[in-house]
Amino acid sequence: MTVTPSRRDYSLIGRDAKLAVENGLSAAEWYHTDIPRKQMKELMQRSDGPAIRDTAIWLAALIVSGAGGAWFWGTWGCVPFFFVYGVLYGSSTDSRWHECGHGTAFRTQWMNDVVYQIACFMIMRNPVTWRWSHTRHHTDTIIVGRDPEISVMRPPDLARAMLGFVGVLDAWHAMSDMLRNAAGNISAAEKTFIPEQEQGKAIRIARIWTAIYAATIALALYSGSFLPLMLVGLPRLYGAWHHVMVGLLQHGGLADNVIDHRLNSRTVYMNPISRFIYWNMNYHVEHHMFPMVPYHALPRLHGLIKHDLPVPTRSILAGYREMIPAFLRQLRNEDYFLRRELPPTARPYREEFHNYAAMAAE
Amino acid sequence: MSDWVEACDATDIDEEDVMRFDHGGRTFAIYRSPDDEYFATDGLCTHEKVHLADGLVMDDIIECPKHNGRFNYKTGAARGAPVCVNLKTYPVKVDAGKVLVQIG
Repeated sequence: MTVTPSRRDYSLIGRDAKLAVENGLSAAEWYHTDIPRKQMKELMQRSDGPAIRDTAIWLAALIVSGAGGAWFWGTWGCVPFFFVYGVLYGSSTDSRWHECGHGTAFRTQWMNDVVYQIACFMIMRNPVTWRWSHTRHHTDTIIVGRDPEISVMRPPDLARAMLGFVGVLDAWHAMSDMLRNAAGNISAAEKTFIPEQEQGKAIRIARIWTAIYAATIALALYSGSFLPLMLVGLPRLYGAWHHVMVGLLQHGGLADNVIDHRLNSRTVYMNPISRFIYWNMNYHVEHHMFPMVPYHALPRLHGLIKHDLPVPTRSILAGYREMIPAFLRQLRNEDYFLRRELPPTARPYREEFHNYAAMAAE
Repeated sequence: MSDWVEACDATDIDEEDVMRFDHGGRTFAIYRSPDDEYFATDGLCTHEKVHLADGLVMDDIIECPKHNGRFNYKTGAARGAPVCVNLKTYPVKVDAGKVLVQIG
């Protein structure tokens, strides 16, 4: 079958955004595996214990690795310390931002809020803007023109994706957005998902962050040393690789414009260290299907519903082995994607929404 | 004055839980608090019209299952992003083991 590639319009105020609303892809009712209410309640239960334990380990490791890096600064001895510090600062904060933004990490809400603010600063995501963009991501997951968090658009910009591993473009955009917001400017795209009454908060946070970075740069200049920037700001670059490595696997190469997370999201089995850094977001189909379930209960949820999901990807490496060829093929045909096979016993869902995508995969 | 409408048996809802109740083309959420009191609100989240009965009750909070927006189900007050608009609440009483809601 011959498919004529059609350039997608990812603008949140563009053609595909309007189309998604008109054809019912936006704010649609998504597929959910049936789970008895009693079991669902057990899975949704909140607890402070696991997140307090994990946050204490995280903060202790941050302090020890940061102190070690500073102590050995100027020698090769600082490298392993900054390697660890960078991942904790520039990667593990992606999952802390995410889970605390959902309000599911801790039962006590102020604890979610405190870790959310700290993680947002480190990962350079305005806590107001990104709370609302992530809300949209869950409403319209990988719906072109609606989802502001599509990390690899089609055709894929592979240079941009690779630069993500060192955080260069992300940090550049984050700093540009911060300064723009600090100047009191909320963009037209941001206005599509941030309610008017919240926009002032985004501006206030941007101004506080600008002051912190200005103070850090002033300290670096005053001391004649990069060390302050190695501890604040730069880890977002040299420690970004892990969150990009696991983050690209969430939806990379899979279907867009479908309303079934089994088709556009990927669950990947990972090693325990990556799962600690990532707070179990490798169970990504499960998270999208049931965002109320805390990270520490996702393995249990996976065990409960895996009969209804595609076979999980068995490792990070296996994920890249299927995703990279898909990206390369999308350079020639942007409509190509990895079609997920559902188990024979799985319930299909709303095929009329998926016919277009299914044809493109052939 | 509106009539009281029978929603369910009092025992149909577990403590610290919520149940959906549809009536007259409208949908409601009926709550049973940890203190064994009953409350009722509109059934759909004011953010994106998701059924709150699929959400989680914690103390006096109902959390929406889609985006984790929170409301105080006793007062209807929105408790932070992404919900900004309060829920409408309805008077509830329990009579002879039945939960009755006064729908306006």
